[in-house]
Amino acid sequence: MSGTPVLELVHVSRSFGPVEVLHDLNFALVPGRVHALIGENGAGKSTAMKILCGYLEPTEGEVRLDGAPAHFRTAQEAEARGIAMIHQEFNLAEQLSVEENMFLGREKRKGWRLLNKAEMQAEAGALLRQLGMVADVRTRISDLSVSDKQMVEIGKALLRKVRVLVMDEPTAVLTNREASVLFDQIARLKAEGVAILYTSHKLDEIARIADDVTVLRDGNVVVHGVVGEFDEDRMARDMVGRDLKNLFPETHDPGTAKVLEIRNLSVPGRVFDLSFDLKKGEVLGLAGLVGAGRTEAMEGLMGLRPATADVQVNGKAVVIRDMADAVAAGLGYLTEDRKGRGLILGQSLTPNLTLLALKKFVRRLIDKKAEEKAMDEAIQTFDIRAPSRQVAVKNLSGGNQQKLLLAKTMLGEPEIVIIDEPTRGIDIGTKQQIYQFIRKLADEGKSVIVVSSEMAEIIGLSDRVVVMRHGRKAGELARNEITEDAVVRLAMGLDGQEYAA
Amino acid sequence: MSDTTIPASSAPRINLQVIGPLVALAVLVVAGALMNGNFLSAGNITNVLSRSAFIGIIAVGMTFVITSGGLDLSVGSMAAFIAGCMILVINYFADSLGQSWSLFGIGALAALVLGVVAGFVNGILITKVGIEAFIVTLGTMGIYRSLVTWIANGGTLSMDFELRTLFRPVYFEGIPLGFMTLTWPILLFAVIAIVGEIVMRHTAYGRHCAAIGSNEQVARYSAVKVDRVRMMTYVILGLLVGLATILYVPRLGSASPSTGVLWELEAIAAVIIGGTMLKGGFGRVWGTVTGVVILSLIDNLLNLTEFVSPYLNGAIQGVIIILAVVLQRQKKAER
Repeated sequence: MSGTPVLELVHVSRSFGPVEVLHDLNFALVPGRVHALIGENGAGKSTAMKILCGYLEPTEGEVRLDGAPAHFRTAQEAEARGIAMIHQEFNLAEQLSVEENMFLGREKRKGWRLLNKAEMQAEAGALLRQLGMVADVRTRISDLSVSDKQMVEIGKALLRKVRVLVMDEPTAVLTNREASVLFDQIARLKAEGVAILYTSHKLDEIARIADDVTVLRDGNVVVHGVVGEFDEDRMARDMVGRDLKNLFPETHDPGTAKVLEIRNLSVPGRVFDLSFDLKKGEVLGLAGLVGAGRTEAMEGLMGLRPATADVQVNGKAVVIRDMADAVAAGLGYLTEDRKGRGLILGQSLTPNLTLLALKKFVRRLIDKKAEEKAMDEAIQTFDIRAPSRQVAVKNLSGGNQQKLLLAKTMLGEPEIVIIDEPTRGIDIGTKQQIYQFIRKLADEGKSVIVVSSEMAEIIGLSDRVVVMRHGRKAGELARNEITEDAVVRLAMGLDGQEYAA
Repeated sequence: MSDTTIPASSAPRINLQVIGPLVALAVLVVAGALMNGNFLSAGNITNVLSRSAFIGIIAVGMTFVITSGGLDLSVGSMAAFIAGCMILVINYFADSLGQSWSLFGIGALAALVLGVVAGFVNGILITKVGIEAFIVTLGTMGIYRSLVTWIANGGTLSMDFELRTLFRPVYFEGIPLGFMTLTWPILLFAVIAIVGEIVMRHTAYGRHCAAIGSNEQVARYSAVKVDRVRMMTYVILGLLVGLATILYVPRLGSASPSTGVLWELEAIAAVIIGGTMLKGGFGRVWGTVTGVVILSLIDNLLNLTEFVSPYLNGAIQGVIIILAVVLQRQKKAER
């Protein structure tokens, strides 16, 4: 590593109560270099980032800025000294415009107290155009797509003339194209001498944009070096502590019986005349770009959005008006938004587990012993790890939350399981467990639809793939036709042919 | 974090949020006994508990509304309106049915039906039409208050004197229990509180209320019929307001535009003091009962002692409700 570090962690440890989550971390950010911090969920990445940015104080050790010990009591103090963090969850005022958000708290004024709107809008607009964002700066945040919101967050940080930029999984919500715009910007910032800390579960990105890599496992630094020393396999191995040769389990041939037949599924404005079948024991991938209408289609099918469709389950027509109808028809849906729609973050594990299938536990009153027994089984089957059952679900790592959500969905005993983004924001070790679980479901004769934006996942898991584009079915690929190229061509409409459904 | 088995319960700790209301109640009882020798007399206790029964019954319903993330400001004027209508109905049938308990039965039935209908109206506007609970119930609060003023023509609606004498026992009598009397209002309040606690803690309905109050989307994605559950909280509350009114009417035998004023404040205050989260997601009925008794004792102490004018009771309740919410906030921040 070369250059003088701008921000350093020196022998930093951090404990929460008796639990040490970071142990003796040494780590330096150098101007003009991208430092990737990788590790499984719960490895201590977030804690390290929070200490760097002044959200947390170290229990031992110190933070050094330009070689001198620095004590940031608040994130504002850190920001005032040029250190900004872009969070996974956005810090944007939804009802304000893009420009108002970017200048929030540092509005430009003219004359006595009046806002200089024209100048702020011009400056915000110029910056965002560099980031490849086309939306008007007067648009309300609530009207933006997730990726545009991310760009606004980045723009906000850039506007503050940062010296150190900490990015917590910035590409988790971006499409490949949007991500490459982000990478261009990271390259530009590097050239301007900004030091960048970058975390991501996508190891190909790390290999592409990072200069230095630090791998954390259980709060300890496992290895540290320049990126050239690592390939993706080694990064994964170092993170997990074991070999991950077969990330995706072997597939088997599904049966031929159709369990689900969907005809002309339409969600006003989002999905148009989508038709496909699902066979018993099959894993069907539903691919497409972000915004292609995949989630909307599945939510429409489940009665979670207004939709029209002719649906047959096991050859019998069913009418699904709400989620309860869908569950009764043998369908289960695992949302992509596990924090907003999947789990009640403030409640403990058991009430979350049983909420969907609560009827099973009610004689006249809720049988709490039976609930605890179901919790025991879920912990066993899904390898859920938590310090205790009494902790609020928000304190679990993303991977364990996802396993709990899976357990909750499966408790409804669905024959057809729809899993939307099964591994979003989840470390590679847990990913492997979830892939194996999905395969096991199919082998047991259940049928699975996997909605995913991760190409590797679609290709590695699916027996068949349906690709959507602009709310319509763009095409269907059989097992032997599934290649990255074929999926992308359909998703982007490059073949110039669209299925008239 | 690495062990696969997860302990079912961590070591029991004294939880301030749980014992807080009980401690406050105990302090009040001791303070009251020291300040006035009459405070702990059987007569005074019966009096305090009977009076708290109206608010208490309403507050049990309010606990469900608030737990599921709603609010109902209309209960006070709803009670006044129902009381007015009940008296009208009783007076209307007085000639044909004579001075009998079936006359009271008809009045009571009218009160219950009106309560359910009023709750239903609130519920429909909130769940189906999608208007904020605050606005809907602020509106109906004004409507019922104005309606009762109108049917009373600005004055007082009264039952005939003989009827008042006949129906008085509904409020003042009950089952003798040792040195005191367990009046009908106390008995009914106790039954409703126990049923309410069981429903909240041990049934799917209570669990669904808490889930909706925590995160409506999660509830919807978990196949909970969100609209139906929320609607039912308002209907149950309306029914309980009707029930409280049935107990209230025999006490004075009249209703006026000032009947039930600030009951909503008292009911909501009791719920919040009891530890139910104002924003929803967590509720406990026994806490509400504690809150109701605390508020009644304060009122009673102001009447028995001469430190503070009883006219300031509303102000004190206002301060308590604000304090309770501030305390809730701090607890949340510490977590």
